[in-house]
Amino acid sequence: MSGLPLLSLAVWTPIFSGLIVLFFGADRNSPLARKLALFGALAGLFGTLPLYAGFDTATPAMQFVERLPWIRRFDVDYHLGVDGISMLFIILNSFITVIVVLAGWKVIESKVAQYNAAFLIMSGLLNGIFAALDGMLFYIFFEASLIPLYLIIGVWGGPRRVYAAFKFFLFTLMGSLLLLVSLIYLYLDSGSFAILDWQRMPIPLETQKWIFLAFLAAFAVKVPMWPVHTWLPDAHVEAPTGGSIVLAAIALKLGAYGFVRFSLPIAPDASHAFSGLILALSLIAVIYIGFVALAQEDMKKLVAYSSIAHMGFVTLGFFLFSALSVEGALVQMISHGFVAGAMFYCIGVMYDRVHSRQIADYGGVVNTMPKFAAFFMLFAMANAGLPATSGFVGEFMVILSSVKFNLWVGFAAASTMILGAAYTLWMYKRVVFGAVGNHHVAGLSDVTGREFLVLALLAAGVLGMGLYPQAFTEIMHSSVDELLRHVSVSKIQ
Amino acid sequence: MTLAEMQFSVPDLGIASAEIFVLAMACLILIVDAFARDKRRTAAYALTQLALAGAAILTLAGNSGQLFHAFGQVLADDPASGSVKQISYTFGEMYVGDLMGSLLKFLVYVSVAVTLSYSRAYVQGRPDMARGEFYALGLFATLGMMVMISASHFLTVYIGIELLSLSLYAMVAMNRDSVAATEAAMKYFVLGALASGLLLYGMSMLYGAAGTLEIQALSQRLFADEANGIIVSFGLVFLVAGIAFKLGVAPFHMWIPDVYHGAPTAVALFIASAPKLAAFAVVIRVLVNGLIVASPDWQTMLIILSVLSMAIGNFAAIAQTSIKRMLAYSAISHMGFMLLGMSAGVVAGNPRLIFSAYGSSMFYVVTYVLASLGAFGTILMLSRAGFEADEISDFAGLNKRNAWYAAIMMMMMFSMAGIPFFVGFFAKFSVLQATVAAGRLWLALAAIFFSLVGAYYYLRVVKVMYFDPPASAEPIEAATDAKLLLSANGLAIALIGIFPNALMMLCAKSLVDSIVF
Repeated sequence: MSGLPLLSLAVWTPIFSGLIVLFFGADRNSPLARKLALFGALAGLFGTLPLYAGFDTATPAMQFVERLPWIRRFDVDYHLGVDGISMLFIILNSFITVIVVLAGWKVIESKVAQYNAAFLIMSGLLNGIFAALDGMLFYIFFEASLIPLYLIIGVWGGPRRVYAAFKFFLFTLMGSLLLLVSLIYLYLDSGSFAILDWQRMPIPLETQKWIFLAFLAAFAVKVPMWPVHTWLPDAHVEAPTGGSIVLAAIALKLGAYGFVRFSLPIAPDASHAFSGLILALSLIAVIYIGFVALAQEDMKKLVAYSSIAHMGFVTLGFFLFSALSVEGALVQMISHGFVAGAMFYCIGVMYDRVHSRQIADYGGVVNTMPKFAAFFMLFAMANAGLPATSGFVGEFMVILSSVKFNLWVGFAAASTMILGAAYTLWMYKRVVFGAVGNHHVAGLSDVTGREFLVLALLAAGVLGMGLYPQAFTEIMHSSVDELLRHVSVSKIQ
Repeated sequence: MTLAEMQFSVPDLGIASAEIFVLAMACLILIVDAFARDKRRTAAYALTQLALAGAAILTLAGNSGQLFHAFGQVLADDPASGSVKQISYTFGEMYVGDLMGSLLKFLVYVSVAVTLSYSRAYVQGRPDMARGEFYALGLFATLGMMVMISASHFLTVYIGIELLSLSLYAMVAMNRDSVAATEAAMKYFVLGALASGLLLYGMSMLYGAAGTLEIQALSQRLFADEANGIIVSFGLVFLVAGIAFKLGVAPFHMWIPDVYHGAPTAVALFIASAPKLAAFAVVIRVLVNGLIVASPDWQTMLIILSVLSMAIGNFAAIAQTSIKRMLAYSAISHMGFMLLGMSAGVVAGNPRLIFSAYGSSMFYVVTYVLASLGAFGTILMLSRAGFEADEISDFAGLNKRNAWYAAIMMMMMFSMAGIPFFVGFFAKFSVLQATVAAGRLWLALAAIFFSLVGAYYYLRVVKVMYFDPPASAEPIEAATDAKLLLSANGLAIALIGIFPNALMMLCAKSLVDSIVF
């Protein structure tokens, strides 16, 4: 293993690149800001690749661990490390950052440096969330990442951006403040902020339940689970394309990741006690939100609701407590990162040309943008869960284990295959097929080289993961086993 | 100490050397200013900064260089080494020199020096304020704060508070043609006099009950159960009410919004920063050093004050359109949050948690002062001769006018809202930690609820600066030294936010080495 602090690099390379972009990117030299940002994002991505190459799949232990005392007063350590679960998200996040910088290349014209810097800094903070093994460090990254996204939505967003930015910030802050109180409680109980210590610590059931509920408040808002999902459609609709991509691809994963890192191993008995509740909420998200998505007129809103439904699948998988379901849920998370990111990017490509997100304003796009229509088709199919795309793998694994758990739960979960296909493909049909709808569509030009590159990168992710999921599952395998071992052992004494 | 000894002991002036120096400099400034013809009052300004620098050196070296050593130990990350309580008294036990006192005084000098530097251009642009008196009064107020911080006798506490308050009343009214300022000064004076009356009344009751005004002696008599408990409790109520007035916590907060709003911004900055440090010292001296026996009583009072302040401060701040009024209500809520830590020290008669709890409060005050300086500093940068940037809408589109000032103000707002990586987060965290450690989970939940409410209005300022179109295209001009200081202030909020350990350790250590009861 190399001696470089790879995780620190993954966290701080994008943050310092962001600061450099801010420093050199005055308004008059936007091109320089763009190039610096792309360089920073690529440096960040290449910095994370050795994590994959040097990863030891045989052990569930944390790898690439770095630990330095940080705040002695409260025994807080600068403690980073990854297992097979978090490592994949760091790479996914660094990849998406490159996509985002490319996606905003021509579109963002005001305050280019600040825009790119916000994304780079957020990318570093998100990597920090996935790499943190210290509860306080996790919380700090978790909450600090609100600031860049708040600014991204508010400065570069659509007409109702102010409302959306406030709603996003206050909703998530509400949840995370409860998380803070339970972290303090765990610290006072154990004398340590190390997440791994908390996972081993015995906790009585009553306390576990409160801790679980506080975690739930923080993570359910982030996932987002029904009924605290209402901020997401607003945030997505108003955010610029890059913001939507990061929101869907990475930010939504934070809540689900929180379940895996905190709720399940720290409060396993409470997780079992509340699993019925979570399963019910997840199925509501899958079915009810699926129908809501069907009724949307706005493409971004439709994909936003479909994200909620897909994330319902993830929480469903976690709380079935089987190796297959948890791995399926994790695969679904990564797959959704590619697919939802790609869907939002496709909508962004059309929005940049027509300046509308309404389905009704389109029709017959395939006639003017054939190459684009082919990519969009692939992503729409992946969103609907077509075999050979990444969307299928995770959904199939979760459905399989839910049928094993209970036939009716399996039946309800499987309805996503129908609903997902219905809302995605129906939208695709109305937007892309048919006769050319209006003069805007008639005047469309097909994708540029840069857009083609972004679409191709995302398509490679979607197809690669659909055809060869082992590349992902074998990494996470022993970590998932370890997680399930934690969940199955009672912590009540 | 017996009466005979007191008569013949020569007071140790070393402990009060900084105070004597500041007093002499203030008098010197009055004399120099009488002969100065310079409209910009450069001499008075320079002498004031010199006085503060000199006082800082004297304080660093004073009490056997205790503060200097403490800085060294904390920077070497070794705060435990050589931790001895070095507490010296002088003037017949009326005056005390200890680490907490030295540290708070040092921070007061820094805060006042920064305040005067930010205010320089503002004061020059307003003929009524561009007088030597502004600086002399500033130094007298500083002296008052120093006396408050080092008081170990109720009368010394009172003298310090009065010296500070009287200077501030005059400073608020300096802009004498302004109706708002005059009204604010009047309100401040009347309510401040009432608070002083309450304080004196409380002190007299304690004297009646315990027969002493010396804080240490009072504590000993209370421990020995030699005082009438009922009278002590009554006296305590008046004392807490008086201190609450000076801190500006609800329901004794009425003067804060009017004074912040009506006072010239430079003076509002002065009131919003250093005096909070001195008021904190008084809380420690009087309630902890003197009345720890009565802590069950005053902790309950502080909890009520704290919850009321957080509720009133945060909800009222939402409705404000003036940024000065908004910051005033935010100050009320912050002082309420700080009191949470003060009320978490003694649990069921066990003082095990006092250093952690009071240390968190001290850290909270220090970081609040830092953020408050930055926020008012930005308001002063935007103000020009004949124009006060005291509406929130004056900040509209600041990001497009000057991205760096907008970034600084944003950091101040996020710090006050308690969002990491800014230092305000760690302040909130450590106070919450103390509250939960004291077993008051519901209080912690109430505090985070009010923090959530508070986040809204801080975010609104960020929204106005970043999301709205600019209010004016006028470029922002400021003196180089003020610009540099404001930048340093902003960076401090971020850097202490990333490395908060040293300051936390320093606060905790200074209390460990100073609290006696």
